[in-house]
Amino acid sequence: MSEKLLMKGNEALGEAAIQAGCRLYFAYPITPQSELPEYLAKRMPQVGGVFLQAESEVAAINMVYGAAGAGARVMTSSSSPGISLKQEGLSYIAGAELPCVVVNMSRGGPGLGSIQPSQSDYFQATKGGGHGDYRLLVLAPASVQEVVDLTILAFDLADKYRNPVMIMGDGLLGQMMEPVAFPAEEKRELPPKPWATTGWKKDRPKNIINSLELQPERLEMHNRRLQEKYARAAAEEVRWEGYRTDDAAIVVAAFGTVARIARSAVDAAREKGIKAGLFRPITLWPYPSAALAELADTAQAFLSVEMNCGQMVEDVRLAVNGKRPVYFYGRSGGIVPTPEEVLAEIEKAVNGRCEA
Amino acid sequence: MKVVFTRPQSLADVNTHYCPGCTHGIIHRLVAEAIDELGVAERTIGVAPVGCSVLAYNYFNVDFQEAAHGRAPAVATGIKRALPDRIVFTYQGDGDLASIGTAEIVHAANRGESITVIYVNNAIYGMTGGQMAPTTLEGQKTTTSPNGRDVNTVGYPIRVAEMLSTLVAPQYIARVAVNSPANIQKAKRAIKKAFEVQLNNNGFALVEVLSTCPTNWGLAPEKALKWLEENMIPYYPLGEFKVPKEVE
Ligand SMILES: Cc1ncc(C[n+]2csc(CCOP(=O)(O)OP(=O)(O)O)c2C)c(N)n1
Ligand code: SF4
Repeated sequence: MSEKLLMKGNEALGEAAIQAGCRLYFAYPITPQSELPEYLAKRMPQVGGVFLQAESEVAAINMVYGAAGAGARVMTSSSSPGISLKQEGLSYIAGAELPCVVVNMSRGGPGLGSIQPSQSDYFQATKGGGHGDYRLLVLAPASVQEVVDLTILAFDLADKYRNPVMIMGDGLLGQMMEPVAFPAEEKRELPPKPWATTGWKKDRPKNIINSLELQPERLEMHNRRLQEKYARAAAEEVRWEGYRTDDAAIVVAAFGTVARIARSAVDAAREKGIKAGLFRPITLWPYPSAALAELADTAQAFLSVEMNCGQMVEDVRLAVNGKRPVYFYGRSGGIVPTPEEVLAEIEKAVNGRCEA
Repeated sequence: MKVVFTRPQSLADVNTHYCPGCTHGIIHRLVAEAIDELGVAERTIGVAPVGCSVLAYNYFNVDFQEAAHGRAPAVATGIKRALPDRIVFTYQGDGDLASIGTAEIVHAANRGESITVIYVNNAIYGMTGGQMAPTTLEGQKTTTSPNGRDVNTVGYPIRVAEMLSTLVAPQYIARVAVNSPANIQKAKRAIKKAFEVQLNNNGFALVEVLSTCPTNWGLAPEKALKWLEENMIPYYPLGEFKVPKEVE
C-alpha cells in the first residue's frame, strides 16, 4: 500500500484505473463526474495511454467496444443522462462478451434532472437499461478508498467474465475528498485474450467480435450460455457488508453514499436502545439476496433507505420474500437524507407505524 | 492452362448472401484485392456495419468486429487507438453512415482518425426492404417515399464525399462507381489508395462507392447499372476530392 493521499473520488477512480492497467479511456463531459476525464486527460499521456474525448456518449461506448474487442483494458465514465446514451453500446458489449468498465457517478433524474447526487439509476444499472437478456456486474463503493479498491476489482471481474462491469457511485462520492491508499505498484500481468481481434496470422481461428445470431436456436443457445455465466457470477461474486446486524431487530438496507448516513442513524438508534443494524450491498448485481434472506430469520423488520423513490427496495422485498415487513424511505431530486430523518424512520418501523 | 484470375486470398471462399446482381460483392472483392496487394491481411481488422453487409465478417479472411448501426467509425477508433500499428477499415452503407451514424463519421473524419472507410452508397436502405435513405435521389420512389422523394419535406440527398471534404483533417476522399469495367478499375485504385494513406500513417481516408440495389430498386441487374449511371452519377459526381501528396 502507498502512503495515504487526500483525493477526490473521481480522481482516485482515474488513478485506480491506471493502476489496474487501463490504458484507454473514452468519455464525454458531464457533471458531476468531469474531474475524472480531466484527471485522465492529464494522466493517460504520462503512462503512454490514450485519453480521447468522444463526440458523444454513444460514440464513447462504441470506442470502448472497439478497444475492448482489440484486447485492451478500457474504461468510460458518465453520469445518468450520458449512461442512458451508453445503453445501446452496453447491450452490444454484453452480447459480444467484451470486458470493460463503465462508471456512473449518478445524478438526479428523470430527464435532465439535476446535477445533485442521486441513486435513481438503480433499475437501469441492475435490471438492464439496454435491450435483450443481459446483465452487468454492478459495484457500489461507499468511500473514496472503496472507489479505488472496487475499480481495480472491476477490471479483474470484467476480464474474468468477459462482461461490462459498472461502478455505480453518485455525485457526492465523486466530489468528496478522503484519504486513500493505492496498492503497492506492481507490474500487472493482464490475462491473455486469445479471442481479441488483433490481426489474423492464421495461427488461431479467425476472430470475429459479434452479437448477431440469425438462427433462433443458436441465439437461444448463446443466451443460455450468457445466463449460465451470470449464474456463475451470482454464485461467486456477491459482496456485502453487515454492521451490527447479528442481533438486529431492524435492518436498514442501503448502498453507496447513503449507507454512510444510515450507519450513523444505526448508531444513534443503538444509543436509544433500538437494536438496529445496517446491511450494505457492495454488489448491486449480483444482489446479496441470500444474506438478506438469512437476516429475515432473525430481524423483525427491514427498512430500505435510498436516494430515489424506491428502487432497491424491490430487491430487498424479493429477498425477504414476505417473511417480514419491508419499509422504504427515500429522498430524490438530489436531496441527501440526514441521519436524523433515517433515525426517525427506524423508530417508525420499530413501532410498526410505517406503511409497508 | 495458365491461371489468369483467382479469388483474392483475403476474400473467404464462401457463398455470400447478396442478391443476384448486387454490387456489394464486387466492392468486397476490390477491398480484398487491395489488402492482398498491400500484404497487410495479417494486421488488418475490419469493422462491419448494420445493413446488407452486416455479415461482411464472414466474407473476408481478416479479423473482424461487427458494430451497432452507424457506430462503425467509433468502433474503428477504439481498435485503432488500442492497436495503432494495425490497418483498420470500416465497410458501411449509406443508411448506416449518412443517417444514424452521421455524427460518428463526421467526427472520426474530423479527428483525422487513421482508418479507411469504404462507404457504399446505393441510394436506399437495402436490408430493411427499400426504405428512403438520406442519399435517395429527388423523386426516387421507395417504400417510405411512395410518391418519390419530396425534397421540400425531407431535404436533399446528402453528398457525403463533398461534405467531408470541407474538413481539414481527412487525407483522402474519393467517389467511385462500380457500374462498368472501367469504373471498377478506377474504384480499385481509389480503394487501394485509401488503404495506402493509412499505411503511410496519413490519417483518415474514405471512398464513396456508388453501388446498385437491383432488388429494392425493382430493376434487373443490367438495368440497375444503367440507372446508376444515368441517375446517380450526375448527382454524385465521380472523382477525387482530397488527395495527399504522397499518393497523388
Ligand atoms: C438502431 C437500429 N436501427 C435500425 C435498424 C434497422 N436497419 C438495419 S439495416 C438498416 C438500413 C441499412 O441501409 P444501408 O446502410 O444503406 O445499407 P444497405 O442495406 O443498403 O447495404 C436499418 C434501418 C437497426 N438494425 N438498428
Ligand atoms: S437488398 Fe439490395 S443492397 Fe441488399 S443485397 Fe439485395 S441488392 Fe444488394
